Amino acid sequence: MTADMVLPQPYAELGLTGDEYDRISQTLGRRPTSAELALYSVMWSEHCSYKSSKVHLRQFADKAPASAALLAGIGHNAGVVDIGQGYAVTFKIESHNHPSYVEPHQGAATGVGGIVRDILAMGARPVAVMDALRFGPASAPDTGRVLPGVVSGISFYGNCLGLPNIGGELDFDACYAGNPLVNALCVGVMRHDDLQVAAASGPGNQVILFGSATGPDGVGGASVLASAAFGGAAGEAVKRPSVQVGDPFLEKLLVECCLEQFARGLVLGIQDLGAAGVACATTELAAAGAGGMRIQLDAVLLRDPSLGPPEILMSESQERMMAVVEPGRVDEFLAVCARWDVPAAVIGEVTDTGRLVMTWHGETVVDIPPGSAADGPVYHRPLARPAAQDTLAAGHPAALPRPADGAGLRADLLALIGSPGLADKSWVTDQYDRYVRGDTVLAMPEDGGLVRVDEATGLGIALATDGNGRYCRLDPYLGTQLVLSEAYRNVAATGARPLAVTNCLNFGSPEDPAVMWRRHPSHPGHRGPRRPR
Amino acid sequence: MRIGVITFPGSLDDRDAARAVRLAGAEPVPLWHADRDLRGVAAVILPGGFSYGDYLRCGAIARFAPVMGELVPAARAGLPVLGICNGFQILCEAHLLPGALTRNAGLRFVTRGLRLRVENTRTAWTGAYRGGEEIVVPLKSGEGAYAADPGTLAELEACGRVVMRYADPNPNGSADGIAGVCNAEGNVVGLMPHPEHAVDPLTGPSADGLRFFTSVVAGVLA
Repeated sequence: MTADMVLPQPYAELGLTGDEYDRISQTLGRRPTSAELALYSVMWSEHCSYKSSKVHLRQFADKAPASAALLAGIGHNAGVVDIGQGYAVTFKIESHNHPSYVEPHQGAATGVGGIVRDILAMGARPVAVMDALRFGPASAPDTGRVLPGVVSGISFYGNCLGLPNIGGELDFDACYAGNPLVNALCVGVMRHDDLQVAAASGPGNQVILFGSATGPDGVGGASVLASAAFGGAAGEAVKRPSVQVGDPFLEKLLVECCLEQFARGLVLGIQDLGAAGVACATTELAAAGAGGMRIQLDAVLLRDPSLGPPEILMSESQERMMAVVEPGRVDEFLAVCARWDVPAAVIGEVTDTGRLVMTWHGETVVDIPPGSAADGPVYHRPLARPAAQDTLAAGHPAALPRPADGAGLRADLLALIGSPGLADKSWVTDQYDRYVRGDTVLAMPEDGGLVRVDEATGLGIALATDGNGRYCRLDPYLGTQLVLSEAYRNVAATGARPLAVTNCLNFGSPEDPAVMWRRHPSHPGHRGPRRPR
Repeated sequence: MRIGVITFPGSLDDRDAARAVRLAGAEPVPLWHADRDLRGVAAVILPGGFSYGDYLRCGAIARFAPVMGELVPAARAGLPVLGICNGFQILCEAHLLPGALTRNAGLRFVTRGLRLRVENTRTAWTGAYRGGEEIVVPLKSGEGAYAADPGTLAELEACGRVVMRYADPNPNGSADGIAGVCNAEGNVVGLMPHPEHAVDPLTGPSADGLRFFTSVVAGVLA
């Protein structure tokens, strides 16, 4: 027995439970390598696997009314709906709350970058962004740190990328102090035939990683792994940024590069790299396709040559995409990348072995069934109505103080319209470019944004984002219905007909039964306003 | 008439400039930064955007693009050239126009439809305007404050080379409220606001910007 065999593995530090660690060992029939442990830890994180919410989120697919307009629904990178005349739109909204609190500028910037790549991966040209923001009280000192950084991050990334910002929300409440909400939406336009799939099919086809070189950013747990493997003290581990750093210029090149690859028919399958980076892209592409893939991790272009397999797998470096390309068309693919100055490297090929195998300078460091990482565990978390809910529900508006006379009413009105959540927000929205692309018909301060899709036909689309934390706190089910109807009205008020909804549910820890209670009853509310054309 | 629109890596408003050219009745011709070729066009537009991410300094890298090796001598020989926003910054870096564009006085990016006063109608790009006329065109930039040494500013004023001036309160701290300038011959014009975003009331604050493009069409055909 070697010392290595008894050395405990740092699964807990990587966020895995003992049961999950045992399940990995059982799946593999052996002790996982450090690279495999890194891969499973990020793939089975709540963020990537939705392991606590999956059982509830299924309702969206199960209960939504059938619609002929839906071309791609739940399970894809983003939903796609038909808007007629051969055009389709895809849109998605995602939160980037914790990174934006830790490092507001880069956290918000990379939130925009990530959602744009999701839209791009569907085969669409991204055409507009929106953002829904919540901060603590405007007068709180920490809001003075977080808000300017978030706004400058959105402005920096979205403006440099050339996407008009056509609206969103900005509100303030004490409950967001220390936990701001930064939600970014992107919408893209495509022809029906442009739809791309996130699957690696056809054994022998080549796997290409392109975009930014891979660096150590976003590698949260790798220092833990490294120190455990080499026996170093945790305090000696190299401090690495946990928030990714965005490069909107490269993202602009990546967008144009991908659209040219799509137009030339060079892409068989494509996946954006977001959370869990190479680990996520390889397992999901393989699991959704022919089932196997062989990857040479040493072929990944690095911006830090000291990175090893676990760090490369976990890195969340931005502005990267992974494509599957026929061997005979690899040269043409690489030539298009070169034309756009986008770095690219062939890192592996599709196989039909049913195994995702990764090597590092000839040594096998990962050998797993990809579905075991891509699907992950499913939990039914306990939920419990929080005790304070009864107190909240017992309160009645009639008990609130009311102004006794005209002067009191005037003071209340002035306080309301002067409050940061209701007052003019051009001090924020003037920092966003709403004119770029020349198709913006409505933007801030309108309630909904409206962009032209096609100059010849005048076809256009309207979008609105809405949220109401207070309504949903008082009554998660009814509150969510009211929020949906508000968004529906905001879209209808532009003159457009509401066609599809998506959501971005910002909840606390799923291991808190009160949080799970709020999330559970709020979901059925989505049955209402979703309506096919 | 064919008008070239250069696409640098990071150009964003090239599509909008091409649309404006089309609406003005001319044919937009895409020009690629890496090609030393102006494709025989009668005028060239350097569009807005963030060429090379505005890394190093706005326009400082794009100025060395191969296409600029053709453009600079052609501009010196009289080819009408319009630089909008990032294009203006590139023309300054290439020394086709004097001065520089610096960080906004408020340190923030500013997007706003603004009133501009037309100061010079004798350039290749402003002949269709009336002197002293006020037009509404969007500004959208973070580094749009025009700066030059006092001697240069005095010369620009004395020779009427200030093409447009902000008629609204100065949005970015530009010297003398300057929104655009031209070279001594009037064929090269740089402008921080975006006339290509004001060609259709549906998508812009006005259609006042269209005459930049009709001006050059009329001038070249005349």
